[in-house]
Amino acid sequence: MAGITLDSLTKSYGPTEVLHHIGADIEDGEFVVIVGPSGCGKSTLLRMIAGLESITSGEVFIGDKMVNGLEPADRDIAMVFQNYALYPHMTVRQNMAYGLKIRKMPKAEIDRRVQEAAEILEIAQYLDRKPRQLSGGQRQRVAMGRAIVRDPQVFLFDEPLSNLDAKLRVQMRLEIRKLQKRLGVTSIFVTHDQVEAMTLGDRLMVLNGGYVEQFGTPIELYERPASVFVAGFIGSPAMNFFRATADGLSVTLPNGAVVPTAQSARGGVICGLRPEHLVRDPSGPIEMEVELLEHLGGVTLLHGPLQGTDQQMVISLEGISEVQIGDRLRFSLPPELVHLFDAQTDRRIG
Amino acid sequence: MVENRPLLSILAHIVLLLGVAIVALPVWITFVGASHEAERMLQTPIPMLPGDQFFVNLRQTLWGSGLEGTNTAPVWMMLMNSMVMALMIAIGKIAISLLSAFAIVYFKFPFRMGFFWMIFITLMLPVEVRILPTFEVIADLGMLNSYWGLTVPLIASATATFMFRQVFLTIPDEMLESARIDGAGPMRFFWDIVIPLSRTNIAALFVILFIYGWNQYLWPLLITTDTDMMTIVVSIKQMLEAAEQSPQWNIIMMTALLAMIPPIFVVIAMQKLFVQGLTETDK
Amino acid sequence: MLKRVHFPASLLPYLLVAPQVIITLIFFIWPASQAVYQSFLIEDAFGFSTEFVWFENFEYLLQDDHYRDSFGRTIFFSAAVAFLSMSFALILAGFADRVIRGSTTYRTLLIWPYAVAPVLAGALFLFMFNPTIGIFPYLLEMVGYDWNHYLNGSQAMFLVIIAAAWKQVAYNFLFYLAAMQSIPRSIIEAAAIDGAGPIRRFATIIFPLISPTTFFLLVINAVYAFFETFGIIHAVTQGGPANSTTTLVYKVYNDGFIGLDLGGSAAQSVILMFLVIVMTVIQFRFIEKRVQY
Repeated sequence: MAGITLDSLTKSYGPTEVLHHIGADIEDGEFVVIVGPSGCGKSTLLRMIAGLESITSGEVFIGDKMVNGLEPADRDIAMVFQNYALYPHMTVRQNMAYGLKIRKMPKAEIDRRVQEAAEILEIAQYLDRKPRQLSGGQRQRVAMGRAIVRDPQVFLFDEPLSNLDAKLRVQMRLEIRKLQKRLGVTSIFVTHDQVEAMTLGDRLMVLNGGYVEQFGTPIELYERPASVFVAGFIGSPAMNFFRATADGLSVTLPNGAVVPTAQSARGGVICGLRPEHLVRDPSGPIEMEVELLEHLGGVTLLHGPLQGTDQQMVISLEGISEVQIGDRLRFSLPPELVHLFDAQTDRRIG
Repeated sequence: MVENRPLLSILAHIVLLLGVAIVALPVWITFVGASHEAERMLQTPIPMLPGDQFFVNLRQTLWGSGLEGTNTAPVWMMLMNSMVMALMIAIGKIAISLLSAFAIVYFKFPFRMGFFWMIFITLMLPVEVRILPTFEVIADLGMLNSYWGLTVPLIASATATFMFRQVFLTIPDEMLESARIDGAGPMRFFWDIVIPLSRTNIAALFVILFIYGWNQYLWPLLITTDTDMMTIVVSIKQMLEAAEQSPQWNIIMMTALLAMIPPIFVVIAMQKLFVQGLTETDK
Repeated sequence: MLKRVHFPASLLPYLLVAPQVIITLIFFIWPASQAVYQSFLIEDAFGFSTEFVWFENFEYLLQDDHYRDSFGRTIFFSAAVAFLSMSFALILAGFADRVIRGSTTYRTLLIWPYAVAPVLAGALFLFMFNPTIGIFPYLLEMVGYDWNHYLNGSQAMFLVIIAAAWKQVAYNFLFYLAAMQSIPRSIIEAAAIDGAGPIRRFATIIFPLISPTTFFLLVINAVYAFFETFGIIHAVTQGGPANSTTTLVYKVYNDGFIGLDLGGSAAQSVILMFLVIVMTVIQFRFIEKRVQY
């Protein structure tokens, strides 16, 4: 087992730099999720770690070995691909054994490992089938099995759940999590789905435009988002943002409402309010006219403009609310739940 | 079909059967010709129904001295020459096209595009337009009257290379990445993944190229002067010339039949692959 | 053209392309360039001296009535073969597309002539049209028509045309049937609901929709008639009588191997190369269209 260190990794295609000085220390046995919108460079980063993509500058360490110059096969990694990349002409057993066979492992040992992995993944009865005879979820398991039998130092996952339907995705997500904890193998998982990221990762690396926006635990990302991007990306429904003017421990919203804050600032800021943090308060500073209601059962989402502006906002109330369209309601929230960001740099203040 | 008009369907079948009859007529007449005695073939009108000499003629054609008045090799030997030539051409074309398509698709190396265009140019140079100079090359290399001379100049193939290139491009990149993580080198990847995934394309191409090879005429006509090297397709022409002196149409037609049967058998037995091969190589 | 990922460069790719490239160089590029070179030379009848004459061979060819005739003859021959085999195939494919059951059986029964070598096709037709014993001259004689393609140039031309067309019906049928079967059923049904009968549907819906295939087949049939019918002509007429069936390819062979006119034969080869290039370009431009279709 081994940790992974990324030291100032940079990737350029010709003159275009797509990843900028990515640095991270990943602990042994840790599950790290790289998350970001499509085109942010997350898959490229993963493929650089795998050795499938050349490194323009910087270094990748697996354990304490610098692996920049090593072939993918020599990095002691296993990878699960988005489309699984199972060899269609081989049976499940042959698929799982292929890498071991190339490494000239004794046949008995190969059989033992394949059997063991198949039992862990509950695919033992499918070992002699071809991939096309399997369902999406089963193929996903085979792809996992192919990674497990190698007993690698690192698992790399490249959006492996995005080809599954919603229900199966949730189920496989939990299984991957359990499996990783059980095997204790350092894992890096790439996804664009923030819920997947939050539930899977010990730590999340939020990537945007080739930069690391923030690298931290799910709770840190939620409670102390380092930038407007992270704040908007993590959490559902997304945070409400307003341009505001700060004056010490309060900010003034565009409609003149004054909201107390815990962060101290002065001048132009961006103020972020999570929909689920706003609570009904007849004397609260934030007023909204309800234009649209979404009843989701567990919560009710209220859509409408901040009073006196045309800026839309969302508020999430627990349970089934009796609120009606057209109601004008007031809300407040504790000062420590108001997020302030620098209006110029988009970074968190304080 | 869209409307229910039984008469129209019957008409369709009649037209199609008529079409089949017209297409089959020459071969029927050949078959009939191959089943009578030589003398019967000299009286007009020639028969339209098969006679009883088919197996006699077959034996005489295959193992007999062939046609009187010619010095052709026995027909079984020519069949063997044709078989060797067709197989060498088909397998050779497939082998070298697989290798070069693999190099062009899976490697990035200096002059890659140069090689690609050089292969492309062969498409523009069918043997018919460079007969004489190619013949001279073969003569200079001492390859006249040899299987190599017969086949090697025909096995460079732009169409096969293009087809395989197309096939390889449809193999997902993840196959290669996965194989690289599994530790497979280029040739291992080629044998274990690329070849098995191209199996049906290879088979389809084989059907087309076997027929192409078997039916070669102009090239073997020039390259083989030795009767031992003659292919069955070429021998027909010699027999036709001899027929003007000593007409043995039964033997000639039997030989023609024997020359047709292998490729026709391949087409019918492997119809699906044949259709696939034909439509793919002409893309 | 290339995968997103590839193997690291090494000596290997050169070894992989080597067989193809070496064969191409020795048996394609070198002879072709020799043909170009020789087309600028005149060699005396005994091969003692050669003279570099620039375009004299070409000028001579273009003024030569024999060559010009054979050019026109080749075009007529190709057009006739293409028209005959394509229209026959189109009719059969149109009916085969109609029959609900059995279209694959008909396909099997119609495609095998593809496998018959051109020279054998020639032999078969030669037998059927042999002036002394052939079945057709016998029948024609009964209606008072005298057949002897050894003497009559038009009859000889007719004979090589139908032999060449016969062999090509299979190919055209296959592509026409495939094209018709790939037309969505709903379009045909919509036309039927609009009140178009079978013939009208064929003329106004099916035929226009398969026009890319028609164009493709025209090119393929032209290439076939130009370059692959040597065997038929060689077996049936040997270019005769009186050159009435000498096509361009046959003339290259005849002038080069029988007449031993190296320069003239080479110049003809160069002109043929040019024709192949034109046809290849047309064919490849067509592919782009077909992708959109």
